[in-house]
Amino acid sequence: MTERLGIVVSGSLNKGVEVRLDSSASIEDMAVGRFVTIEGEKRRFFGMITDVSLGVTDPNLTLTPPDVSDPFIAEVLAGTSTFGTLHVSPSLVIGGDAAAILEGPQPVKTIPSHFSAVKLSTQEDVELVFGTEDEKRFFIGNPLDMEVKLCLNLEELVKRSNGIFGKSGTGKTFLTRILLIGMLQKSQAVNLVFDMHNEYGWAGTREGGPPVKALKQLFASRVAVFTLDEENSRHRGVSTDGVVRIGYDEIEPEDITLLRQTLNLTDLAVEAVHQLYRKFGRNWIQDTLGLKGAEELPEGLNIHEGTLLNLQRGLATIRRLPFIEPHSPVNAVKAILEHLDRGINVVLEFGRYRDITAYILVANMLSRRIYDQYQSRVEKADAAAKESLKPRPLVITIEEAHKFLNPEVAGQTIFGKIAREMRKYNVTLLVIDQRPSGIDSEVMSQMGTKITCLLDNDRDIDSVLAGVPGRNELKSVLAKLAAKQQALIFGHAVPMPVAFQPREYGSAESYRGFAPQKDAEEEIEKLWD
Amino acid sequence: MAEIERVGEIIEASTTGFTAQCYELYQMPPLGSLVKTGDSAAELYGIVYNATTTSLEPGRRPIARGKDEDSEEAIYRSSPQLAKLLRSEFGALVVGYKEGDRLYQHLPPQPARIHGFVYQCSPDELKDFGKSFDFLNIILNAHLPVPGEELVAASLRRMSQAHEDRRAFLVAAGKELAILLSGNLNQLNAILGRIKL
Ligand SMILES: Nc1ncnc2c1ncn2[C@@H]1O[C@H](COP(=O)(O)OP(=O)(O)O)[C@@H](O)[C@H]1O
Ligand SMILES: [Mg+2]
Repeated sequence: MTERLGIVVSGSLNKGVEVRLDSSASIEDMAVGRFVTIEGEKRRFFGMITDVSLGVTDPNLTLTPPDVSDPFIAEVLAGTSTFGTLHVSPSLVIGGDAAAILEGPQPVKTIPSHFSAVKLSTQEDVELVFGTEDEKRFFIGNPLDMEVKLCLNLEELVKRSNGIFGKSGTGKTFLTRILLIGMLQKSQAVNLVFDMHNEYGWAGTREGGPPVKALKQLFASRVAVFTLDEENSRHRGVSTDGVVRIGYDEIEPEDITLLRQTLNLTDLAVEAVHQLYRKFGRNWIQDTLGLKGAEELPEGLNIHEGTLLNLQRGLATIRRLPFIEPHSPVNAVKAILEHLDRGINVVLEFGRYRDITAYILVANMLSRRIYDQYQSRVEKADAAAKESLKPRPLVITIEEAHKFLNPEVAGQTIFGKIAREMRKYNVTLLVIDQRPSGIDSEVMSQMGTKITCLLDNDRDIDSVLAGVPGRNELKSVLAKLAAKQQALIFGHAVPMPVAFQPREYGSAESYRGFAPQKDAEEEIEKLWD
Repeated sequence: MAEIERVGEIIEASTTGFTAQCYELYQMPPLGSLVKTGDSAAELYGIVYNATTTSLEPGRRPIARGKDEDSEEAIYRSSPQLAKLLRSEFGALVVGYKEGDRLYQHLPPQPARIHGFVYQCSPDELKDFGKSFDFLNIILNAHLPVPGEELVAASLRRMSQAHEDRRAFLVAAGKELAILLSGNLNQLNAILGRIKL
């Protein structure tokens, strides 16, 4: 069924087109973000409703409103003297001839002619633009107000670093879980998730409901859970595949730079770290903590008493982290890499250690060292001109991304480097953040695809949409998303921006959809082995 | 097929309208009725906009006769010649014509003929005619002794009676009017107030 909404009455390529709503279509049924099709004379255009407004033919009508309490008069005036207007931004167009249909939808270079009919898009339209479920495309949800599957090409998605944004409670975690499952099923990439709140490995929380299953319960053979807090994981009934401990001797100055804010370090203290590291080498933390005062500093180090105290206080905070030891007995990096190499996705749970210091420190250290491995392997493969020697593409997921990627530190951290390098060494990021304005703008601009749930802070909205064509229109869509489980996706992996409702996650039926029954049963069998 | 009701005979005609005399005193069709005249080759449609009853001889005005009578009927009973001295006439505005099977809602190439019979349109004809609302524009633009909104409202009310869904018909007509009268809200409101159910 093609439901006509109205006709194009004016517009421009830059600003989009104005559509006069038919009187049979109620303005109240229209919502920004809705995917629509415009039948031009020769071509079919695809776009999104980005604004809705009301118009009158006679300004007197607004001065002396008619008696609309009379349903007859209200019905007569609707769509004639009073009418609704939609603003539609067309993004893609497809010609009517055979060659054009083969070529598929293309970016718009013109707009539909006067009085072209605007319709609700059909399933075929959505499939024409976004494709259907196949070995690369994963069903992520429905376009707003439509019962049609919206698919995302995950092979394309993982080629770049991507971001998931939205204020707290809007569905970022649920959406991330859905995407992780998609990557697991439809791409060659393997995931490493730094799971601050223990939501991705075994089970996740759900507002006002029982916990939801997480990755390992659905795909036992493809997911390993590592933990920083073995006791807590056991307590929650999670079967873990490895324990991560960190030695002081593994912590490098860069890690401290990143912690400057959370540890309340002065700039001088951060500078001192580099001097101390050069002097003491790998044992620098223990040695520094052992100093009784500036007078005990070795020859050649010029650090003020106050600076040293400030630094020692910070380092003591790190030392108190329960998973930190003078020297770690386990090589966490090696164990994680072994899993990743076999195509097994790794979720690192933080257990009770949810404070941001622990998170930043661990995510940064492990990522840096894993990245180094990737770099040297890719370089070796390149030198030998052997594509097969390259490690599998890796996607690293981090939350609270602005802590790693704010303008102050983005230039120095491994995460800033990965984001900027695109996929040079087969590593990309999936960043999750509720405050994207805190992220360095250059890093933001390097992200291939962004998915954003509701944001209500103007600065956050601007930072997510910076540099995006048609951002003013998208802004009104973004600001009007529902408070939960609605998102806007745009960028590299989608042919045009689209607002959608992510798949429902958490019911038995949804699990069957994500992990078809047969697999799930097999997985459960394996758990008993 | 129901007998078609003949309501008069044309005594004056022009391109835009005609006047017909009724065969019986006071037997004129109601205001806003759709009437037709002509033969099967070309039928003209008109909307009754005015009706009069006057003395047969111009210049001789009727005089009051009921001083000693009990009722109005009694006057006519005691002076049976009255029916012959008075006559009823009605005026119709031409709003379209039919040639063969096609119906047009604009002025016909030729006016009606004198002594042409005038008939009341049947419900089926009303329905057929009401498929288009172009005739509303003719009424609104005509210079008539009655206000345009009165005539529009009367004709739509009558036409709606031939439709099973009167309301839907009137809403559709109202929407047409809202477009025609987009610059004249007062007139629009006046008509809508007269046709709402
Ligand atoms: N796709 C979804 N399916 C089912 N429920 C959802 C979905 N997305 C969000 N929700 C609901 O919204 C709540 C908040 O989502 P969550 O992902 O935890 O938000 P955030 O990570 O942005 O703070 C969830 O607990 C759940 O109840
Ligand atoms: Mg969350």
